[in-house]
Amino acid sequence: MNGRTEAPDPEAALWEAARDARPRASELAAAVAARAEGEGLLDVAYATVESPYGELMVAVTDRGVVQLSLPNYSNEEALARLAREVSPRVLEAPARLDPVRRELDAYFSGSRSEFTVRVDWRLSHGFRGRVLHAIAGIPYGQTRSYSELAAEAGNPRAFRAAGTACGANPVPLIVPCHRVVKTDGSPGNYGGGPEMKLELLRLERAL
Amino acid sequence: MPPEVHTLPPFQQLLDEHSGDVLGFLVASVGPHDAEDCFQETFIAALRSYPGLEQDGNLRGWLLTIAHRKAIDHVRARGRRAIPVAEPPEATADQAGPRDPGLWRSVATLPPKQRSAVALRFAADMAYRDIGEAIDCSEAAARRNVHEGPEKLRKELA
Repeated sequence: MNGRTEAPDPEAALWEAARDARPRASELAAAVAARAEGEGLLDVAYATVESPYGELMVAVTDRGVVQLSLPNYSNEEALARLAREVSPRVLEAPARLDPVRRELDAYFSGSRSEFTVRVDWRLSHGFRGRVLHAIAGIPYGQTRSYSELAAEAGNPRAFRAAGTACGANPVPLIVPCHRVVKTDGSPGNYGGGPEMKLELLRLERAL
Repeated sequence: MPPEVHTLPPFQQLLDEHSGDVLGFLVASVGPHDAEDCFQETFIAALRSYPGLEQDGNLRGWLLTIAHRKAIDHVRARGRRAIPVAEPPEATADQAGPRDPGLWRSVATLPPKQRSAVALRFAADMAYRDIGEAIDCSEAAARRNVHEGPEKLRKELA
């Protein structure tokens, strides 16, 4: 007990107690999301998901998957956009993403050809939204050209705009814009890179 | 009027950047055990009002202001709930020092604003001007609280 009986300097004691507690902060912070969900305050839940092509970032709302970021994209920008356009109540909540993670895993391993998770379409408006809805209807293992897609979205001449809409797809893979190819059958551009597009089409035996 | 556009960062960013300061402040204010409940209450309250927040750039100060209110409510409720036992169980070696419950019994005897001022200064390293904003007093009063608080604690602990 000797040396401990003397009262510690209160400033130092409080500072030390705070310092000692800090490592617990991230654990406690992770518990906020679950409590927020219980109170209806978790508007956008996100988590990273491993894939054969690198790390994906997936975000969901109560309506469905609102954002899927491919490995080439900045998660920070995607989250800032969600905060701006959906709700700033954005929290990392890996458990909320489990159903999406399971379906993506099965898709990448070739054992799932359709997603049952819903899509939250609120980031897709106007002609782009119509193009993205048309893409959602392209079956597994099939492809469409940009001009076919433009026609399906109601404007056959707008194939360039259809390409732009693909590039702005907030939910790639689940809204399968990799199934949209050039008229000559070559894969064309992809947000995740041309190699990823090629591999996805091979996975689906679409080539 | 154009529709309201949120310029607030994702709430997760606030958690990532400031949860250490908030927890540190709460530990200093209410003790390590009660700090965990207060931590959850602070961030849930913050999340609830976050979308309506007028962005002023000082989100850390905003969070610590909420934590300050939660800590005051907590100490007040604890005081109503139970008269603490006269003497705590004898402290073992690893409970001594900063984990000594006697420290937080002394901290709880400080007036609420002074308690927060001391904790904001020594646990969250906050500037006097920001402490004044957080506990709603002048910078001079914040400075006075921070200086007088530890003197009272020393007397309590002696």
